[in-house]
Amino acid sequence: MKPAPFRYCAPETVDEALELLATGDPEDEVKLLAGGQSLVPAMNFRLARPGLLIDLNRIAELASIATRDDAEGSILRLGAMVRQSAAEHSPDVARLAPLMGEALPSVAHTQIRNRGTVGGSLAHADPAAELPAVMLALDARMHLRSVRGERAVDAGDFFLGLFETALEPDEMLTAIEIDAASAVEGSCFEEVSRRRGDYALAGAAARVRLDADGTCRFARLTFLSVADLPVRALEAEQMLLGERPHDELLRAVAEHAARREIDPGSDIHASSAFRRHLAAGLARRTLATAVSRATAAHGATDHGGASS
Amino acid sequence: METRWIGRSLPRLEDERLLRGRAQFVDDVALHGALHVAFVRSPFAHGRIRSIDTSAAARMPGVHAVLTAEDLGRLDAPGPVLVPPPPIDGIEFHARTPAPLAREVVRHVGEAVALVVADSRYLAEDARDEVFVDIEPMPAVGDLEAALAEDAPRVHQDLPSNLAARTRQSRGDWEEARRAADLVIERRLVYDHGASAPMENRGVAAVWDERAEQLTVWDTTQAPIPVRGAIAATLGLSESQVRVIAPFIGGGFGPKIMFYGDELLVPWLAMRLGRPVKWIEDREESFFSTTQERSQIHHAEMALRRDGRILGVRDRFLHDTGAYDPYGLTVPINSQCTLLGCYDVPAYDSEFTCVFTHRPIVTPYRGAGRQHGVFVIERLLDHAADELGIDRVEIRRRNLLHPDRFPVRQGLIYQDFTELTYDSGDYPALLERAAEEIGYERFRAEEQPELRAAGRLVGIALVTYVEGTGIGPYEGARVRVEASGRVAVATGVGTQGQGHFTSFAQVVADQLGVHPGDVRLVTGDTQEFHWGTGTFASRGAVVAGNACHAAALEVRRKILRLASQELEAPEEDLELTGGVVQVRGAPQSAIPLGELAQRANPLRGAVEPGTEPGLEATSYFGPATGTTAAGAHAMIAEVDPETCKVTPLRYVVVHDCGTVLNPMILEGQMHGGIAQGIGNAFFEELVFDDQQQLQSGSFMDYLLPTATDVPAIESHHLETPSPLNPLGVKGAGEAGAIPVGALYAAVVEDALSGRLEPGTRIDSIPLSPERVYRLLHPDSEHTAENEGHEGDAR
Repeated sequence: MKPAPFRYCAPETVDEALELLATGDPEDEVKLLAGGQSLVPAMNFRLARPGLLIDLNRIAELASIATRDDAEGSILRLGAMVRQSAAEHSPDVARLAPLMGEALPSVAHTQIRNRGTVGGSLAHADPAAELPAVMLALDARMHLRSVRGERAVDAGDFFLGLFETALEPDEMLTAIEIDAASAVEGSCFEEVSRRRGDYALAGAAARVRLDADGTCRFARLTFLSVADLPVRALEAEQMLLGERPHDELLRAVAEHAARREIDPGSDIHASSAFRRHLAAGLARRTLATAVSRATAAHGATDHGGASS
Repeated sequence: METRWIGRSLPRLEDERLLRGRAQFVDDVALHGALHVAFVRSPFAHGRIRSIDTSAAARMPGVHAVLTAEDLGRLDAPGPVLVPPPPIDGIEFHARTPAPLAREVVRHVGEAVALVVADSRYLAEDARDEVFVDIEPMPAVGDLEAALAEDAPRVHQDLPSNLAARTRQSRGDWEEARRAADLVIERRLVYDHGASAPMENRGVAAVWDERAEQLTVWDTTQAPIPVRGAIAATLGLSESQVRVIAPFIGGGFGPKIMFYGDELLVPWLAMRLGRPVKWIEDREESFFSTTQERSQIHHAEMALRRDGRILGVRDRFLHDTGAYDPYGLTVPINSQCTLLGCYDVPAYDSEFTCVFTHRPIVTPYRGAGRQHGVFVIERLLDHAADELGIDRVEIRRRNLLHPDRFPVRQGLIYQDFTELTYDSGDYPALLERAAEEIGYERFRAEEQPELRAAGRLVGIALVTYVEGTGIGPYEGARVRVEASGRVAVATGVGTQGQGHFTSFAQVVADQLGVHPGDVRLVTGDTQEFHWGTGTFASRGAVVAGNACHAAALEVRRKILRLASQELEAPEEDLELTGGVVQVRGAPQSAIPLGELAQRANPLRGAVEPGTEPGLEATSYFGPATGTTAAGAHAMIAEVDPETCKVTPLRYVVVHDCGTVLNPMILEGQMHGGIAQGIGNAFFEELVFDDQQQLQSGSFMDYLLPTATDVPAIESHHLETPSPLNPLGVKGAGEAGAIPVGALYAAVVEDALSGRLEPGTRIDSIPLSPERVYRLLHPDSEHTAENEGHEGDAR
C-alpha cells in the first residue's frame, strides 16, 4: 500500500497552479491534491497513479470563508480549500447556510474533516458524499477557473455522474457561493450509515419556506447515495408547492421521491430496495423537520423576535 | 501481614510504555541497512501458473532479489501440519498445507507467488508491478454445499473431492431420544465469523550476524518457541543459533499462532542476502495472507419432552477450512464440543465435514468455532421454547447442568485430545444472576408490553455458553530475585495485550512479598526462556500463570530456607513482606530480599556440595485437562424499522472464570471480546463474489465496530475456582466474543416478534440493517447482486 512514483509540486498561488494544470504532464494524469482524504488512499492502493500531483495546500487565497451583501441578500463564499472542520465551526456557515452546518458533522470523522476540504469533496463528486447533495439543495454556484478564464456553474449542472463533474481538465474549483438562507426557512439534513462516520447508505437534505398561513412557497429535496450522482427530487418539490404540508402529504411526497426520482444501486451493504426504503424514511423525516423549523422561524419573525 | 495482590484491579504495569508510544513492536525495530519485502499475490482464486517473468523487476534500481518458488530450494515445500487431528475413531483427515510461494497452482486470491526484496517498501512495490505473472484462471468454488458437488472445481486435484475431513462424535442414543420426544425441531443454521483484524498486522524482521553465526528474528507471533524450532530446522541451524523475539504485539486473537511461509522466508533472505530484512504486512494483504474464520452450515435437530427437557441433539455440519488445513480440526472440534454448552444433553450425535474452498485459510480466531456451536444450541432452545409455549429463559433453567454434577465428563474428545470434562461451575447461579441484573421478569411482564403499545420494537434475550480453556500441554516460568531486590520473571508465551506483565507480576508478588512493580516480566523471547508452546485457547493465565506461581513458590521456599539459617529462626515463623524476609512481627530482623540473593550467590569461599546458586527457580505447569469457564449474557435492544438499525440498550454479562487475578484486566478482556462479538454479529462480513474475490477487503467495507457501536457493558463475576490448578483460574480471553451472535439473533427476533410473518426465524449470523430490512419486508424486490450474496451467506 505505497503509491507509485509521481512528480510533486506545491504552488503558492492559484495562477501558478492553473499554469501547472494547463501545462499538465505529457504522459500521465495530473491530479490536484486538496485534503487528500480520498486521493491519497486511492494512490496508496495504486488505484490512482497521477504522474503529477499539484498540492493546493499552500495556496492561502483558497482557504478563506467570506460573506458579502448584494441586492438580493447576503452571499456566503467558501474557498475551495476551506477545511470541512473550519466550515463546520464557522458562525457564518451556521447563520447563512445552516443546512451545511448541520450536514458537516456527518462527513466521516473529526480527523478526516480536519484535513478534508469543501472543494475537494465537491470536485471528487462521490455520490455517497454529503456535500454534493447539500450544495444541490442550497442552489450553490461553483466557481471554476483556468488559464482561459473564470466561470460559474450551478450545482445542478456541476455534478454529471459518478466522480464526474463539469470541470474541464485544465480547470480548478476555486470557490463555492451560496445565497443566504431566508429567515423564514427551515432545513434539515439526515443520513443513515452503518457506523457513525461511514459513507451513508442513504441521506437526504430538505429546505422549505412557508407563507404566513403555512403554505409552502419553496422546497428543495435532495439525496445522496441513491444514484450515480446527487439527486434533486424535482417532482416531490412540486408536490409541496402551494400546499400546507401535513404528515400524510409528506409521507406521499417522500414515497414518490423514493419510488420515482432516485435510482439506487445495490452493493454489499444495502440493496436497491433497502435504499429506497431508507430514502423514503429520510425524505419524510427531513421534510417534516424542515417544515417544523420553518413554522418555528415564522413564529419568531411574526413576533418580531427574529434572531440574527 | 503479607499483602495479597491477586484479585486487585492493579493498573497495568505495561500501559505507561504503551500509552507513551515507547513500547517496541516489530516495525519499531531499527535495523540499519534493512531491505524490505513485498509479495506478489495471485489476483485469481484458482488458476494454473503458466509463467512468472521477473526479469524486468530484477533490473530495477534498488531491487536486490525477485524470487519465485523455483528459487527457494528446500524451502519450496508444503508447510507443517501444526495441529494433527485428535485421536477420534473413524476420523478422516486430508492434510494439505501451503508452500511459502505457490508453485503451479494458486488456490485462493492473495496467495503469494513471488517476492521482491528492495531498498524500501516503495521500491519493492514499484518492482512488484513489473513482475509479470501469467495465470490461467480456472473455476473457483466458495459455497460449502456447492464445493461438495460431484462436478465442483477441485481445490486439490490429487484428492477425490473437496472433502478435507470428516469426524463424528456421539454419545447416548439419538434415535431413542428422537422416538421418545414430544417435539423435534429441525433447523438449518448458518454462522459466519470473520477476520480478526488486529490493530497491528503481522510482521517479521530478521538479522543474520555472520561472525557470531547468530540469527535474530522479531516476529508478531503468539508462539515464538515453536517458530524458533521451525526456523532452525528448516534453515539447518542449531536452535541455540536462533533467537525469536515476540515483542509487544498489537493483538493476536489466534491467527498469529500460525506458522506462515513469510516467517521462514524473511530469516532465510536475511541469511542469503547478508542484510537485515523486514516485511510488514499491510492492511490490504492481511485479508489474504493472515488466516481468518468463516462459515459453518449446520443441519441440527433437537428432541425435547413437552416440559422443555432436552432428550438429545443431532447435528450435521459443514465447515469451510479454506484452501488448506494446516491447523487441523481445532475450529470444528471446538464447535462440536462447545455446542453442548451449560446444558444436560443426554444424547448427542454430531458429525462435521470440513470442506476445501478457494478462499483464504481458516484457523482459530477468538472463540475459534465455539461461537458457531453456541449459536446452534441457543437458537434451537429459543425456538423449542417458542413452540412449547415455555419462556425462553425458563427452558434454559430446566436444562442447566446442576452444580453437583461436576466434574462432568462429556464423552467427547476436545481440541486438546483429552475427554471434554467440565471441572467446576455453577450454571444456575450464572443464569439467575443475569436474569436478575437485566430485570428479565419485569421487562417481559411490564416494560415490553408498554413499549410495544407505544409502537417501539424492543426485545430482550439471554444466552449462556461454556468455554473450554486453559488446555495443555504445558508452559514454564523462571523466577529470580536479583541483587537489587527486584524480581525477574521469564516465560515462554507471547503476549499480545492481555496484561500478562501485570497479572503474572501479581501472582509472583503474592508469593515473594514484593510489590508487583518490582517484578519485571519478559515474555516471548526464546533467549530468556525456551520451553513452551504459545498463547492460544485462553490459556495464558491458566497455564503460564500457574507456572509463574509454581516457580515463585519454589523461590519462596528457597528464601525461607536460607533466611531460616541466617536468622536462626524456624521457617514457619518467617514472613515475606515489603521486599524483606523477617521473623513475623519483628521488623528489626528483616533481611532485604536483594541482600539474601547476594548471600545465596557468594563470590568467594565454599558452599555445601549440591548447593544451587541464587534465589531462582524454574517450574512448569501442565494441566491434565482444560478448565471450563462459563457465562451468561443478556441484552435489551431496540430495532428501528425505518433505519433497520439495532441499538443495544443494556448489556449484562455474568461470567465465571474461577479465581480472578485482576478484575480490571478481566473486564477489559470482556469488553474487547464483546466488541469483537458485536462486530461478528452485526457489522463484519467477508463477502466473496462468484469468482471468490473478496468484496469487503478494506476497512471501508469490512466494518469493525467502533466505540459508538459498543454499549456500556455491565459485568459481574462469579468465582468457582478450578480444582485443576493451584490458582483456581480458568481462561477468559475468548469468552466475551463467544455468545454475542446467538444473543443478537435472539434479541432482534424478540424485538421483531409480532412484526414478522409466522415462521420467520433468524437463522444466520451476521445480521445487518439489510437483513433486518429483509426480515421486515420479505416480499420486496431483490436485485441479482443481492441474491448472489445471500445464496453465498446462507
